[in-house]
Amino acid sequence: MAELPKVNPEGLAKTYSGFGIPLILPAWIIIGFFLVIPVAMMLVYSFLTKEFRGGVIWEFSLSAYDQFFLYRGLFGDSPPVIEWTYISIFWRSIWQAGLATFCCLIIGFPTAWFIATRTGRNKTIWLFLITIPYWVNLLIRTISMKFLIRDNGPLNEFFLSIGLISEPFHIINTNFAVQLGLFYSYLPFMVLPIYAAVERYNFALSEAAADLYASRTVTLFKVILPTVKPGIVAGCILVFVPSLGAFLAPDLLGGAKNFMIGSLIEEQFKGAAGNWPFGAAASMILLSLVLIVLTFYARNQTRGQI
Amino acid sequence: MYTKNVDLRHFTGFKSLTLLCLFLLYAPLIIVMVYSFNDSNSITRWNTVSLRWYYDLFYGVDAPKFKTAAINSVSIAVMAAISATVIATMAATAMLRAGRFRGKSVSFALINLPLMVPEIVTAVATLIFFSAIGFTTGYLTILIAHIVFCIPFAYLPIAARMQGIEDVYEQAAQDLYATRFQAFRLILLPLMAPGIISGFLLAFIISLDDFIITNFVKGAGVETLPTVIFGAVKQGIKPNIMAISTLLLAVSVGFVALSYFVGRMGEKSNPTTTKQGD
Repeated sequence: MAELPKVNPEGLAKTYSGFGIPLILPAWIIIGFFLVIPVAMMLVYSFLTKEFRGGVIWEFSLSAYDQFFLYRGLFGDSPPVIEWTYISIFWRSIWQAGLATFCCLIIGFPTAWFIATRTGRNKTIWLFLITIPYWVNLLIRTISMKFLIRDNGPLNEFFLSIGLISEPFHIINTNFAVQLGLFYSYLPFMVLPIYAAVERYNFALSEAAADLYASRTVTLFKVILPTVKPGIVAGCILVFVPSLGAFLAPDLLGGAKNFMIGSLIEEQFKGAAGNWPFGAAASMILLSLVLIVLTFYARNQTRGQI
Repeated sequence: MYTKNVDLRHFTGFKSLTLLCLFLLYAPLIIVMVYSFNDSNSITRWNTVSLRWYYDLFYGVDAPKFKTAAINSVSIAVMAAISATVIATMAATAMLRAGRFRGKSVSFALINLPLMVPEIVTAVATLIFFSAIGFTTGYLTILIAHIVFCIPFAYLPIAARMQGIEDVYEQAAQDLYATRFQAFRLILLPLMAPGIISGFLLAFIISLDDFIITNFVKGAGVETLPTVIFGAVKQGIKPNIMAISTLLLAVSVGFVALSYFVGRMGEKSNPTTTKQGD
């Protein structure tokens, strides 16, 4: 798992020069045809008219976006006011994803630091232990969490048996359960990039800070955190982006009242709502949010290199 | 306040937080594993240890359903992982061994695109695409969708490995009159093997795990293990779900161990890396 030294980082080896295009072509065709074109099509669909019970009518319409942002009364003839239902679902998702990212960071950074500062075999074992849950099926992890925290589940039974509480804690189907699920799902995504950054950290910097009478806390905040920041930012992105569009945690742990973007979109295609243009529009808005985050990240990264 | 003997790598409390982190990650999984051996109809009450629910999984009422789903899951994962690995190996060779060519910088973004688009968006887009071109959803649509999102996962370890191999070996082969194809097949490919195997294993696990995209593009009738488990959980967690979860968990752990050992072998066999920091 150790990273190999990059002997040929720029990819300038020319052994097969002239074959570049034929070699890359399959990747272009598959991803272009089955991802780029579909996303473009989704954009088109978000501007079409809905057909009941799924599908679309090929007629231009802004009604999907209109439904998302504006409320025009029960019969659609009142003066439009801002529709808060969907905006608040998005807002809740952003808030939940942000909070999950923060919690993952609080526990992920010390973990990554601790593992990266172990030596020899120990380090490998710790790293291995952190990597295993990362490979375990997300659905199964979410189910395990549901099993653990349900009203008469092992967690409540344990608390009841030691007399900490007198009646079961109600965790499932709350915002807190969703939060727990997101945190649990994406924690390894936070640890691994920070670990990689701490591994490259030069401890001479800490020594220099200590020589200049910096306290531990000052060294942590003024020297270490700024140096390993790229790893932290990468970890935050890796947690935030999938949390934002998460479906399993809100669906299985949150119940109907704690809707997030993922469930809203799913509802339009698989559920009772059956409004494809609206689902496509919500997906486009989600995709735009993610692209904004990623652009911000990319700009940050390039600035860091200069 | 500062003394020279202090270990600058050490922060108080970091170890406890790490242990907490591991506890949080493992506790739910271990509890499900333990309860899967419970010989009781209820998931709450503990009876005695038995393999009853494993038996139920293979011979019970739902057995045919799980069996079909397992066959679908594994066959899709194998085919998707093989296709993605071949495509990713070719792409990595193009990106790292073919000098400059038109569209190279865009190619990198394109290969990583499936990682950047949120899964649910990919799922929606793929469903819309297949329905618009009138392609019936089912086994084949799942396979195609899986190949797409497996490509970047296969690409990462393959490209990382190729980056670590100097091109002097292929040049030497060509100096000795090997054709470029021979240099690729006899020199680069064997050196690449650990990266290719890791890429394949990663793609396989990613395909086996996928729920959201599969759920969207599966259509009626075709189920994979995650979709069948999800459907069952919607009606409440039954003990047999815990048994199948434990089995899948064991498969995942087995694969990590396998990929880890392949990686170890790779480190030892790479002629370019003179020293490995351990």
